[in-house]
Amino acid sequence: MDFITLIQLLDSTVRLATPLLLACLAGLFSERAGIFDIGLDGKMLASAFFSAAIASLTGNVWLGLLAGIAASLALSALHGLASITFRGNQLISGVAINFLASGLTVLIAQAWFQQGGRTPSLNGGARFNPITLPFADQIEPVPFIGPLYAELISGHSILVYIAFAAVPLTWWILYRTRFGLRLRAVGENPAAVDTAGVSVNGLRYAAVLICGVLTGIAGAYLSTALQAGFIKDMSAGRGYIALAALIFAKWRPWYALWATLLFGLFGALETRPDVIEAVLGIKVQGQLLGALPYVMTVIILAGFVGKAIPPRAGGEPYVKER
Amino acid sequence: MDVMPKWAEIVLVPLISLLFAAGLSALVILGIGEDPVAAVKLMVTGALGSTYGWGYTLYYATNFMFTGLCVAVAFHARLFNIGGEGQAMLGGLGVALASLYIPWPHWTLALVGAATMAALFGAAWAAIPAFLQAKRGSHIVITTIMFNFIAAAVLNYILVNMMRPQGSMDPATARFPDATKLPTLHDLLSPIGINFSKAAPANISLLVAVAACIFVWVLIWRTRLGYEIRAYGHSESAAKYAGISPIKITMVTMMISGGLAGMMAINNVMGEAERLVLNATEGAGFIGIAVALMGRSHPLGVFLAAILFGFLYQGGAELALWTSIPRELIVVIQALVILFTGALDNMVRMPLEKLFSAIHAARAPKPERKPVEPAE
Repeated sequence: MDFITLIQLLDSTVRLATPLLLACLAGLFSERAGIFDIGLDGKMLASAFFSAAIASLTGNVWLGLLAGIAASLALSALHGLASITFRGNQLISGVAINFLASGLTVLIAQAWFQQGGRTPSLNGGARFNPITLPFADQIEPVPFIGPLYAELISGHSILVYIAFAAVPLTWWILYRTRFGLRLRAVGENPAAVDTAGVSVNGLRYAAVLICGVLTGIAGAYLSTALQAGFIKDMSAGRGYIALAALIFAKWRPWYALWATLLFGLFGALETRPDVIEAVLGIKVQGQLLGALPYVMTVIILAGFVGKAIPPRAGGEPYVKER
Repeated sequence: MDVMPKWAEIVLVPLISLLFAAGLSALVILGIGEDPVAAVKLMVTGALGSTYGWGYTLYYATNFMFTGLCVAVAFHARLFNIGGEGQAMLGGLGVALASLYIPWPHWTLALVGAATMAALFGAAWAAIPAFLQAKRGSHIVITTIMFNFIAAAVLNYILVNMMRPQGSMDPATARFPDATKLPTLHDLLSPIGINFSKAAPANISLLVAVAACIFVWVLIWRTRLGYEIRAYGHSESAAKYAGISPIKITMVTMMISGGLAGMMAINNVMGEAERLVLNATEGAGFIGIAVALMGRSHPLGVFLAAILFGFLYQGGAELALWTSIPRELIVVIQALVILFTGALDNMVRMPLEKLFSAIHAARAPKPERKPVEPAE
């Protein structure tokens, strides 16, 4: 494998890791506050559709992004209503949200565009186009650093940079702000937070809504940057891979970055079987490679490689003592 | 303490949830510019208006009975098995192996053999997450979700690389031999003078599914194991104190649950397709969640909910055929049912509980008045 193949491989790793990273951080906020969210996939899907649809109708991708975030927020609010206000089962609520998004997006796409459940192809201002970072062209001839900067670091859409910036931001919010401390506390011991006079439900709603914003960006990235338009079930289980990455990362922001990059690399390798064959000297089946994130998560969950301990109050609705 | 009378608990709450789901579905149909009344009429005639429609409705219902029971049994032990889809896929593999590689003399033996293999494969696929939950404390919901994806990848690999007949491009096994052909409802009903549609796929597996419903009822409410499962579901610590092993209950319950999901394959793989194809389960494992929630985890409830979803499935297919409403409408209805009967259960329950306790409060003073009345 030569250097340029490696750069290409890493480039598509970054592209494929971006939606996983955003969704993983979204899940991190929610689960750190004690709200399990297996509806990440559905929220991404809803956002992917609405951002593509609005971008296609208005020709403005930023309006599309806003619409996508709004759709994702609406589902988040539903999840909050079911799991915080009505103290329902968070897992069942997540399952329902996934199906709701999967069905409604196709239904609305068919009613709006009559193209068999997809949106028209996006182009120009209706898409997030690659950004060339300053000096990328000048620096390109420099050996090693040139291609690294011009091909790998430069030339992604704005959402990729937002996703990577979200990692230190998440870390800062969680570990260096009062809100973050309370958010983590509410996922471990909500009664203590309540005793301190802070609203448990308020904090949990805030976490669920932040989760909605991030999955909204992730979904918009899928349909307006990674691909040009919405197709049926285009999230393709990415929400679940993000969930797997979250466990893999043990609910920590920086680990989440490495976990999603690793899973992104698996995704990139799946499309380049020739590279695997050249490096390992054996033929690896693409189908099996696709299952690797799930297998690794099961192994991590089983505690064979370092134990993943979820937030203690995760999944339990908080009932104020009378 | 029970605030609500039993009839309200088992009839009123699900009924109101269902009305919510139906009302919202009607709004969705209106929202995409179609007529809900006409849609319901079309669904009823398409799914229940002919023996052909009934044949499909009952065929789908058979699938959902198995997967609904799968989720329901696990619910009794307070385990949420989302892995019915993967377990049913593996059940399909079991059926395919039994049907292709064992020379069965008659379909009755083939049915018993294939059903056993299907249950074993499904149970084995559920046993790994169960073991990880029981012994290593990993969350069963997450592991069963992961196992759905792993099952899909494994099956894809096996079909493409191992079981595909030479020269075939289609990722599917060879057609099963004739001796494994299950009788359809047409074959079963024509000797007693009922002319059931020949083209519909409903087959003898329906009777197996009904038997499975009865089996689950006996298991849960009439056996020692069932008692242990329910006790564990109500309170793990109390069950432990009573000498019930959490590890045993988790393992056994999940394996029964996975076995039931696996047995779905005798219907869709052996009864209908007569070969194993990619994505043979078509999401039936997930519909089991809606069916179990709506049926309140009771076999009779699961039976009725499965028929309702069979009707929705067949009716939805008819809608997609004759109108511009896509089949995904069913996914939306399914989501709304899960939402209202599962996640938003308290939204329906809380006002009802208030209503009933108000009625109680209004009635309660009456008997107390008697002693106050002046005696002679």
